[in-house]
Amino acid sequence: MPAVQETVERVRRIDVDQYRYGFETLIESDKAPKGLTEDTVRFISAKKNEPAWMLEWRLEAFRRWLTMTEPQWARVHYPKIDYQDLYYYAAPKPKKQVGSLDEIDPEILKTYEKLGIPLREVEVLEGVVRPEGERKIAVDAVFDSVSVATTFQKELKQAGVIFMPISEAIREHPELVKKYLGSVVPTSDNFFATLNSAVFSDGSFVYVPPGVRCPMELSTYFRINERNTGQFERTLIIADKGSYVSYLEGCTAPQRDENQLHAAVVELVALDDAEIKYSTVQNWYPGNSEGVGGIYNFVTKRGDCRGNNSKISWTQVETGSAITWKYPSCILRGDNSRGEFYSIAISNGHQQVDSGTKMIHLGKNTTSRIISKGIAAGVSQNTYRGLVTAHRKATGARNYTACDSLLIGDKCGAHTVPYVEAKNSSATFEHEATTSKISEDVLFYCVQRGLSQEEAVGLVVNGFVKDVLQQLPMEFAVEAQKLISISLEGSVG
Amino acid sequence: MMSLLEVKDLQVRVEDREILHGLSLTVNPGEVHAIMGPNGSGKSTLSHVIAGKPGYEVTGGEILFKGEDLLEMAPDERAAKGVFLAFQYPVEIPGVATMNFLRTALNAQRKARGESEYSTPDFLKKVREVAKSLNIPQDMLRRGVNVGFSGGEKKRNEILQMALFEPSLCILDEMDSGLDIDALRIAADGVNALRSPDRAMVVITHYQRLLNYIVPDFVHVMSRGKVVKSGGKDLALELEASGYAQFEDAA
Repeated sequence: MPAVQETVERVRRIDVDQYRYGFETLIESDKAPKGLTEDTVRFISAKKNEPAWMLEWRLEAFRRWLTMTEPQWARVHYPKIDYQDLYYYAAPKPKKQVGSLDEIDPEILKTYEKLGIPLREVEVLEGVVRPEGERKIAVDAVFDSVSVATTFQKELKQAGVIFMPISEAIREHPELVKKYLGSVVPTSDNFFATLNSAVFSDGSFVYVPPGVRCPMELSTYFRINERNTGQFERTLIIADKGSYVSYLEGCTAPQRDENQLHAAVVELVALDDAEIKYSTVQNWYPGNSEGVGGIYNFVTKRGDCRGNNSKISWTQVETGSAITWKYPSCILRGDNSRGEFYSIAISNGHQQVDSGTKMIHLGKNTTSRIISKGIAAGVSQNTYRGLVTAHRKATGARNYTACDSLLIGDKCGAHTVPYVEAKNSSATFEHEATTSKISEDVLFYCVQRGLSQEEAVGLVVNGFVKDVLQQLPMEFAVEAQKLISISLEGSVG
Repeated sequence: MMSLLEVKDLQVRVEDREILHGLSLTVNPGEVHAIMGPNGSGKSTLSHVIAGKPGYEVTGGEILFKGEDLLEMAPDERAAKGVFLAFQYPVEIPGVATMNFLRTALNAQRKARGESEYSTPDFLKKVREVAKSLNIPQDMLRRGVNVGFSGGEKKRNEILQMALFEPSLCILDEMDSGLDIDALRIAADGVNALRSPDRAMVVITHYQRLLNYIVPDFVHVMSRGKVVKSGGKDLALELEASGYAQFEDAA
């Protein structure tokens, strides 16, 4: 049987049930009643002991949401979501304030251990000596709707960096939250962002003071555990003048037959001369071989290069989710500011990905760079959708875009939908796009040299995404490389 | 002594068309065989079937390699057992450094044979030695596999792999295609350096020219899916003078 045909056969049989993070943790949880009304919003706000202004903010968003309709323009198809059939808040019990890892429910700790995430922190807590030169990573772990642990708080505090669950920041740093929350993604932005504004329960908050280079990588791990629960986390990162921060985000969920909704909002603000690097490795449960189950991932991520000479860089490795709807974007407001988007989006089985970026050039001499690598296997559909626009006053704006798609087998699809708008004549926009297929000839060449089919595909794909992998922090690059191989397992015979 | 390669009455189809109609060939260790013939006579099909390229259906006959049934083995297994095919058109693999590719492949073969994998320093030492002997600059090893390589560089990269993997059977498929005379000489010198009493070579070519540089022990003429004549190295010269037309009817 020819390799390609074999590939197709194999993909058809593919057992996406080999999803390695598909376990469920049995813990009691504290849920809001099913459905979404003003009372749900009040319930969440009360659970978080929020001040009145925050509740008002949420309610305004909720009222706005009621008037909005779900967007239909993306190249993704799914049955209508019944927003009244979801739980909007689930907190693991006991819900007492967590001060250190010791106080966390051991079941939750075990979950994170299985994910291989908190081990680093546990090690540190246990006083394990680490090899010299290895960087530390501070972690904020969000379990269903609630942040369960933030590590390295003390060390960060010494540097003046605030890294805490956003629910705490609302209480402890209301002036910062009031000033920046919703300033990049307004409550009225889009259907999913507005929903998030009404019901978000937790997420991470980062503030890096002027001139401070954050002494370690910051990281959040999101885990959806409860059945029928939506997860709506909210992340807000502010890099004050001349500061630098690198932030990593990872996501997993258990295997479930029903679809789970994830609608997050991430807002980044970079002031003069500040830089934010935001990396994501997204591995939500993608559904099984028949396309049943999996996470619906509708995420709004946007960075505002508010100051002159500021820089925001998004790097994402997307391998999970049944549906991905996600466009991490940059508003290049400050003069000489720079936006970057590096993306690897892999779809296999029945996954549908519609992802890309927006680079909005407003300031003078702003530059942006987009490198997107889409890999489609199985019967998946993979779309890059991007907007590059230069405002009338954005003289000297420059963008370079390269979109490459790789197809494995002949039942999947790759689509590129670029929008380019230049409203002044001094803008220079370049767009390059390629679509290729892993050819039988390349695979045969590799196996003739002794590689197995799977090793061959892994090698070719890792070569294809190399430019983007290089953008990831070292620790994540290795993880991402493994994840890429795992998510393409079974895509060839 | 057991033959290294025994092809017996091989019949091969591609889709509905029979390409090889009962081909036989015996190759012993240390021998160099040239297979010549006009376009479409089935030369490349034979090399592909021996290496295990998908898309060919063997409808009759057998291939024994060191006495084992080669057709039962997956292509990567055949590679590990010592079958090496130097491609007529080596593929490009962007983003995969040649050095990384060589090491991954060599270690995959060693692992399949139950041998220990090379450590990085040992591997580097070995590659540098072989590359030097073939006049391959270090810079080429850092570039993507065959990406932006000239025709001559691609062929030299094939010979580099041949030297590195130390196969017992080398099949060279139209090695001379796309090479000028200087590049051909360098490639042929590389191949000649690998001739050894334990290693056999099957040189597939359309033109006699290559055989001035790689001198064969035996020459076989293929026409319409069969070997129609076999002889010594002089047969190639005879062909050069009289052409393939005389064999067209014999098939």
